[in-house]
Amino acid sequence: MARIELAHLAHSYLGKPAEEGDYALRPTSHVWEDGVAYALLGPSGCGKTTLLNIMSGLLRPTSGRVLFDGRDVTDLPTEDRNIAQVFQFPVVYDTMSVFDNLAFPLRNRKTPEAEIRSRIEEVAEILDLASCLRQRAGTLASDARQKISMGRGLVRTDVSAILFDEPLTVIDPHLKNSLRRKLGEVHRESRLTLIYVTHDQTEALTFADRVVVMHEGEIVQADTPQALFERPAHTFVGHFVGSPGMNFLSCEVDGGCAVVDGRRIRLADDTAMDGAKQGDRWELGVRPMFLELVFERPTEGVPVRITHVEDLGSSKIVTATTGGGNLKVRVGGEEEIRDGSAWVVFPPEQSLLYRNSRLCGKSAAGQP
Amino acid sequence: MKTENNRAWFLVLPVFALVAFSAIVPLMTVVNYSVQDIFGPDDRVFVGAEWYREILQDDRLQQGLLRQFVFSFAILLIEIPLGIAVALAMPRRGRLASLTLVVLALPLLIPWNVVGTIWQIFGRADIGLGGVLVTALGVDYNYAANPFDAWATVLVMDVWHWTSLVALLCFSGLKAIPDAYYQAAKIDGASAWAVFRFVQLPKLKNVLLIAVLLRFMDSFMIYSEPFVLTGGGPGNSTTFLSQTLARLAVGQFDLGPAAAFSLIYFLIILLFCWLFYTTMMQLGRGSQQ
Amino acid sequence: MATTQRVDPDCPPRKNGMSLVFDNISKIVGDEVHIQSMNLRLESGSFNTLLGRTGAGKTTMLRLMAGLDRPSSGRILMGGRDVTTVAVRRRNVAMVYQQFINYPNFTVYKNMASPLEVAGVDLEEIRQRVGRVAEMMHLEDYLDRLPAELSGGQQQRVALARALVKEADLLLLDEPLVNLDFKLREELRIELRNPLADSGAIVVYATAEPQEALALGGNTIIVDQGRILQQGLAAEVYRRPESVRTARLVGDPPMNMVEGTIGDATLRLGTADPVEVPEHLLTLSDGPYVFGVRPHHVRTMSSGTAEIEIGARVGLAEISGSETSVHFEYAGAPWVSLQDGVHPRGVDDPIGIYVEPRRIFAFDTGGALLAAPGNDSEAPVA
Repeated sequence: MARIELAHLAHSYLGKPAEEGDYALRPTSHVWEDGVAYALLGPSGCGKTTLLNIMSGLLRPTSGRVLFDGRDVTDLPTEDRNIAQVFQFPVVYDTMSVFDNLAFPLRNRKTPEAEIRSRIEEVAEILDLASCLRQRAGTLASDARQKISMGRGLVRTDVSAILFDEPLTVIDPHLKNSLRRKLGEVHRESRLTLIYVTHDQTEALTFADRVVVMHEGEIVQADTPQALFERPAHTFVGHFVGSPGMNFLSCEVDGGCAVVDGRRIRLADDTAMDGAKQGDRWELGVRPMFLELVFERPTEGVPVRITHVEDLGSSKIVTATTGGGNLKVRVGGEEEIRDGSAWVVFPPEQSLLYRNSRLCGKSAAGQP
Repeated sequence: MKTENNRAWFLVLPVFALVAFSAIVPLMTVVNYSVQDIFGPDDRVFVGAEWYREILQDDRLQQGLLRQFVFSFAILLIEIPLGIAVALAMPRRGRLASLTLVVLALPLLIPWNVVGTIWQIFGRADIGLGGVLVTALGVDYNYAANPFDAWATVLVMDVWHWTSLVALLCFSGLKAIPDAYYQAAKIDGASAWAVFRFVQLPKLKNVLLIAVLLRFMDSFMIYSEPFVLTGGGPGNSTTFLSQTLARLAVGQFDLGPAAAFSLIYFLIILLFCWLFYTTMMQLGRGSQQ
Repeated sequence: MATTQRVDPDCPPRKNGMSLVFDNISKIVGDEVHIQSMNLRLESGSFNTLLGRTGAGKTTMLRLMAGLDRPSSGRILMGGRDVTTVAVRRRNVAMVYQQFINYPNFTVYKNMASPLEVAGVDLEEIRQRVGRVAEMMHLEDYLDRLPAELSGGQQQRVALARALVKEADLLLLDEPLVNLDFKLREELRIELRNPLADSGAIVVYATAEPQEALALGGNTIIVDQGRILQQGLAAEVYRRPESVRTARLVGDPPMNMVEGTIGDATLRLGTADPVEVPEHLLTLSDGPYVFGVRPHHVRTMSSGTAEIEIGARVGLAEISGSETSVHFEYAGAPWVSLQDGVHPRGVDDPIGIYVEPRRIFAFDTGGALLAAPGNDSEAPVA
């Protein structure tokens, strides 16, 4: 068990990184608390796997330190770090039986055979592998093999964290759910620190207590699933989490209100524009499901023209054009939508202000 | 639009004809020869299995066969492990990797009889670098007089000539193993030996099968190199099967027995290739998913 | 909407373009039936999605349409002509696969131009057509790059562009977005809708995701176990699924099902207390039924009106970013409630579930639809 601290970590795959763009991982500090299930969420190429490999010791960072419980392990090789990793596709020792696969990390560490046996029985029980322990690992289906790779991390009593690098990529869709559920169970029973890398928001938000969102080599938010949804700290989080993503309209600010297309919109937080500087770029962010579409002129609202209605059955996604840009509004699947003019009402509670892509005001407190 | 039909198989006919001409027709000629005694173009007698009986009881064949097996298994035992070791020691990427590949490939580019000539000179105790060196070490070495020395020289020559092939095959096999396997093994705390035994070797199975088959077939039919180097001597100590066959067919012009000999030869190679193939597939069963 | 009826193969196509007809097509490999006596008619210029689970027969259908496979029995007609035995290269077909398949040593431009060059189109026209499609697929800035220098999403755009530029009579897409990142998939399917629908070809887009079929719109063909279950506009199939099987296939998470009864002017949903029969089910006689409720109509908070209340325990709460689906068991069947927002819930927590009777679908015990809830207003959707 360990608390993993990343201090001013940065990495570049180039020999001599000159500018910011040369870094796969930009200077990052973050603490992974002990026993928490984390998800590391971001699109392909955002630096997730780089960060993971630095933690497991497969990659040495260009600069910065990695601390396990305060101990500097930056220069320690993987095998001395008490960390386990599960890869995108199942890595098993094909010629060994399932039992020998699970025993392998323990035998390498000279664990007594009796203890190995009891650990494996325990872990095989959790992972539903008990019935195939005698089988050759290479003959099993991909989901069972992925469970074996997970199992090789779980059998170890010295493991402080298990890292998962998109472990469900090659798993059949109908088996994904059961494996996901299994992971949750494993976490509840083991209380290990788990870090789960994925580009799939459902996987991340379902699995994790806390979600760390990465964007272009940077951690832009580390928070609960609820906070990612309600208070995205960065416009990228708003866009990436949620379907469809958050709406962002460029706006002006004036006396505690956002001004879009000459209309004032009240905000959740009237301190949001404190400390505003000349040249700041302001955006108003609101989730499609919080917007209200009305066809009678409301007291407060922005006039729009409906340009497209996407019928998803359970809901409809309405694309509406304002003077400040396009908006997506999500309405119930049973609602009838007319083409043409309408008004969009912004709920003050869910209307957030972003300065230079970052959430501002009280609600932004506590962000990294 | 044109309707599909089954006429496409006409397209394969030329290939059939070619294969028939290059393989089947000569083979049938050999079969034909092996059951007849031929005195002249119009003077032949059907002798049935006579030649086969004669050949199978022939001392030269039996001894040649024994020698051949000892030779082929010896070079498999040396070249396969050595080739794997070389492949493992090779740098995986960068300029050094390309350089190593070129150097390794060099022996493969030399014609076989030239290899024999090179070693014939190289091994001479009076003027050859290798021969002089061995003699200087205090070994009484002469491949032309001493059967043991002759054998050792032929083996070393073959190892020099062909280990590269095994190494190159293994290298390509090793390159194909995804990094994740090595990373997982590191995390599991596996020793270098365990990585080899449980990751690399299982993944090399397929290329090793090819290497074993190629080296077995080639070595079993070895002709030019020992012929140039030792001429099969001293005595008959390095006379392998193909040389025996050549003497029979070309030297003595005993076409009937030579034809029977060829067929037996052919069947032996076929049998052993099948044996290697099935054993290795059996060994690795289940590892390919 | 009934599609399993036999189509008349000799009836000429309605429009002057090509129509594609499956006339009693079966595909049997060994003793496995992949496609079972299938009849289907796709009109020229139509946009169609094949929706079904993995292994339902979608890929087999696409391969038969392309001419890559031959049916075991039946005829395939293209523009009224029997093409059952015509080789694939003689049909004017373009196909896009799950994997990003491009020529690795050709630039994006050359990748797109190659089918036209092969067809002997003149250079100026090639340049124009490639330019037009490149713009449509947002590839203008990448025309000189090699596929390996592109991201996965861009590579698949190139493959799609190559298929579009060919201006084939038949454009087949086999789950083209399945290997892309989740968010990219969502963006690309919106982006693709217009170029595909406007391509003039018969477009057939296979997908295993109901959300994708609904987002793409068009004529949706529900495929299950080698048969067509239902066909129609995506949203219509969603709102009036003809059977329990279709209802479950069109919708993610699938429609919740439970047995129940109507009797003494009351409706009993599973093991819940009986309630008054809602208006749209009044015509049903007393007896046993299978009732269905869409997950987003299974609420975890009471709305205060007359509702059916169910007590349950949370099996798993799945959070998709803007919605939470709570899985639980009801009367022995797996149920899901889908709610807006992110609401983390612990496994095994007790939970109150509320269903409005006016949202209930009724099926007979054989699984055929008897009554579906109406829209809030019955007017057609804009």
